[in-house]
Amino acid sequence: MDNTFGRLAEIVGREYVSNAKEELFIYSRDQGVQDPHAPDYVVLPNTAEEVKEIILLANEKKIPVVPMGGGLVLSGLTIPLKGGIVLDMKRMNRILEVNETSRYAVVEAGTSQGMLKAYLEKNYPKLKHSLPDAPPVATIAGNIAIHGSGHLSQSEGGFHSEMVTGLEVVLPTGEILLLGSCSTVPYWFSRAPLPDLVGLFLGWNGTTGVITKVGLKLFPKPALHDVLMFMTEDVDTVPDVMYRVTATSMAEDVTFMITPKPAMLEGFQETIISIVANSEEEMELKKKIIRKSLSSYLETKEAGFLPIPPNMKAPILETPQKDLSRFADVSKGGGFEYVGGIMPVEKLPEACRAGMSIAQENNIPYSLGGRVIGRLHSVMFFFAYPFNRADEADMDRARQALEDTNEAVLKMGGIPWKAEASGQRLILKQMDPATYEFMQRIKKTLDPSGIMNPGNWEVN
Amino acid sequence: MDELKFDEAICAKCETYDCIMKCQYMDLDLEQAKQEKWKLIRGEDSSILTDCVTCYACEEYCPYHNHPFYHIVEMQERLGVHPVPKPIEKSQVTAMGPKGRIDYEEVRQPVINMCYFPMMKGSIRGKLFKDVSIILGSDIFCNLMFLHFARNSTIKERLPKIIDNIMTYYLKDNNIKEFICYHDECYGTYTSWAPAFGIDVPFKPIHLFEYLYNKLVELKSEIKPLNLKAAYQRPCSSRLCPETDHFVDDILSLIGVERLKREYDRENALCCGGVFEAQQRFELAEINQEKNIADMKAFGATHCVFNCPFCFFTLAERVSKNGMIPIMISDLCHQALGE
Repeated sequence: MDNTFGRLAEIVGREYVSNAKEELFIYSRDQGVQDPHAPDYVVLPNTAEEVKEIILLANEKKIPVVPMGGGLVLSGLTIPLKGGIVLDMKRMNRILEVNETSRYAVVEAGTSQGMLKAYLEKNYPKLKHSLPDAPPVATIAGNIAIHGSGHLSQSEGGFHSEMVTGLEVVLPTGEILLLGSCSTVPYWFSRAPLPDLVGLFLGWNGTTGVITKVGLKLFPKPALHDVLMFMTEDVDTVPDVMYRVTATSMAEDVTFMITPKPAMLEGFQETIISIVANSEEEMELKKKIIRKSLSSYLETKEAGFLPIPPNMKAPILETPQKDLSRFADVSKGGGFEYVGGIMPVEKLPEACRAGMSIAQENNIPYSLGGRVIGRLHSVMFFFAYPFNRADEADMDRARQALEDTNEAVLKMGGIPWKAEASGQRLILKQMDPATYEFMQRIKKTLDPSGIMNPGNWEVN
Repeated sequence: MDELKFDEAICAKCETYDCIMKCQYMDLDLEQAKQEKWKLIRGEDSSILTDCVTCYACEEYCPYHNHPFYHIVEMQERLGVHPVPKPIEKSQVTAMGPKGRIDYEEVRQPVINMCYFPMMKGSIRGKLFKDVSIILGSDIFCNLMFLHFARNSTIKERLPKIIDNIMTYYLKDNNIKEFICYHDECYGTYTSWAPAFGIDVPFKPIHLFEYLYNKLVELKSEIKPLNLKAAYQRPCSSRLCPETDHFVDDILSLIGVERLKREYDRENALCCGGVFEAQQRFELAEINQEKNIADMKAFGATHCVFNCPFCFFTLAERVSKNGMIPIMISDLCHQALGE
C-alpha cells in the first residue's frame, strides 16, 4: 500500500478509497468523446472536514484533485486530465434543511436532483426546485457549478447558478468557507447584501475549490400542469414566438426542438410552452392569453398549436424530460455528445442552421433544441449528437462535430456551455486578455499549488 | 375516376338549403344561404369555405345525398383554403402516410380493420371478439381524416393503394371478402367517400355496430343488463353512414343502457371539439364542449359512450371531471357480458 493511499484511507476509511484498475477505468471517462485519462485514486469523502484533509494532503503531495458530482457533464470536466484524485462527492448526499417559508433548501454537494425532488414531493408537496433535463442522478452542486438550467429557468430567474443562495466550499488551500447570508447569520436565504463571492466557484470547472454544501431556491408548486406545442415551419420566426410568449408572463417553461425524427416533425420547429396553475380557471386563462399572443400566426395559418393526444402529452409533461436521454441511445454503443451554446435568442435561427449543416457534413444524427433562460435574456441552445462508442469512425465524426459546433457558436456570438478543455481554450482565445489575466490571477491566488482540476481554463 | 359525383343541377333545384340552414356552426339566414349556395355551385369563393368547421354533418343533412361536404372540401383545396395551420397539415400528411411496413399475413374470418389505432387493440378481446383477426396500420389506414384538412387529393392518392394492400396482403389469398370496420371513418370511406369519387371497393365493409349487435344477440343469455343512463357522443364520420346509427340504440337496449334523448345527439350531435382545436378555433371548441357536457349532465347521464377513439381522447378527461364515466361502446358491451 503506497503512502498516499494509506493517508487517504485514514481520512475517509479503507472502503471509500480505491486505486483498483477497474475502478480507475470507470472514472477515467464519461459518455462524451473526450479521451480517457485515469486518476490515481478515487476517494469518496463523507464530510467537509474530510474534503479539507484530502485537499491538504493533495497540496502536500502536489497531487491534482478533480471534484465530481454525477459525472454526467459529457464534456470531460471530471476526467482527470493530469491524473491525481477524483473526489467523488456522492456520499455527501444529505438534505440538511428545507426552509418552507423562505423557500430554500440546504443540501450537501452529492445530493442528486432525483433525491431532492423525491424528498420535496414527500415532505413539502407545495415546493419544487428547478430540474435540469438530465438523469436524476445528476447532482445539485454539479449542475449549479456548470451554470445548468432547468424547467424553472424561464419563469424563476435564469440559470441554476442564479438560484444559489449560499455555498459552503473548501478552498484549494484547505479552508472551509461559508458564502452568502449563511456566513453571517444562521439562515441560507440570500447572497445579498454581502459582497458576492459565490461566483468564484460557479463556472470554474472545479479549479477554485470544492463545493460541499449548496443553498438553493425553492419555488411554489401549483397543482395543475399542462403544455402547449406551437409548430412553425420557418425557423426565423422562432425568436418572435418566444418573445411573444415570454412577454405574457404566463408560461413556466419555454423550450423548443428541431429533430428529423419522427418524420412528421422533420422540417418543423416545436416551441413547447409549459403552463402551471392552481385552478382550471387559471389554466384556461393562461392558455387563452398565450394563444392570443400568437394570434397573428394563427390567422395566416403559417403556424399553429399542435393538438397533443394524451399518449404524446404524458411524456412531455414529465419533469425532467426523458426524450433526450432516449435520443442519446439511438446510435447504441453508449456515446452521447451534448454541446450547449448560451446565446442571445436572435442567434437561434443561425444556430439551428449551423447544427443541421454540421450534422450533415459529419454524417451523424442530431437533435437540436433549447430552453429560454429568464425572460428571453438568453437561450441555452443544445446540439445533441449520439454516437456509437464501439465505432471509432463514428466517435471521430462526433468529435469533429463537437469542435465544429464550438467554433460555430463562438463565431455567431454565443459561448459554448460546459465546454471541454479544448473548447475552453477556444473561449479563452477570444476572451478579453484583461479578463483572462484576471481569471488566472484569481486561480493562482486561490490555488497556489495548481492542484485543482488542472488542464481546465488554461490556454496551454 | 376520382371525380366527385356532385350534381350541380340537383343542388340548384334544391329548395331546402338544409346543408347550410341545419349547420350548427354557421349562422346564415335563408337569403345568405341561397347566395352562398350559388357561389359554391358556380365554383366561386364563398364564406362557407372558411367558416366550415368540417363536422361532416351536411353529408347527412342533404336530402339528395349529393355530397355537399365533399364538394366543399374540393372547393377548399382548389381555392387554397387551409382549415388547419400549414405546418400541422404537412406534418400530419407525413405522419399518417403509408410506411410500406406491410407483409402477407394469414388471417381468418372475422377480420377487423383497426384503422390506425394500435393503442385500441386491447378492446378486441373476450367473447365478443373471440377468434377475430386484427389488421391495422399506416398501410391500410383510410386517410379520410384529411377531409378536415381540405385534402381530398391525399385521400385520392392513397386510397387505391390502401385498398390494394388490404386485398393483396390480407383478403385475396385468404379468400376473405369482408371485414369489420372498427372506426366509422373507415366504414364511411368505403361506403360513402369511395363511391362518391368513383373508386371501386372490392370487399364488403361491415360496421362495428352491426358486428357487435349480432354478437350480442348470439350471447344474449349471458348479458347482465347494466341499467345505466348514457349519453352517446356521435362522431363526425358517422355522418357519412347515418344508416348505422340505429345500431347504437339496438346495442344499448340489448345491454340495458338507456341512450338518453338529449339535445345534442343524433342529427343534432355536436362535434367533440378535437378538430376545432386543430383548426385553432379554441373558443368554439370550449363553448361546444361545455354545451355538450352540460347537456349530458342535464339529462342525467352517468356514462358517456364513444365509438371514435379520437372523440374519446378529446373529451374523456372533461367527461370524467364532470362526474361521468367515459367509455368506448365495445367496452360497455364487455361489461354487460361480465368481462
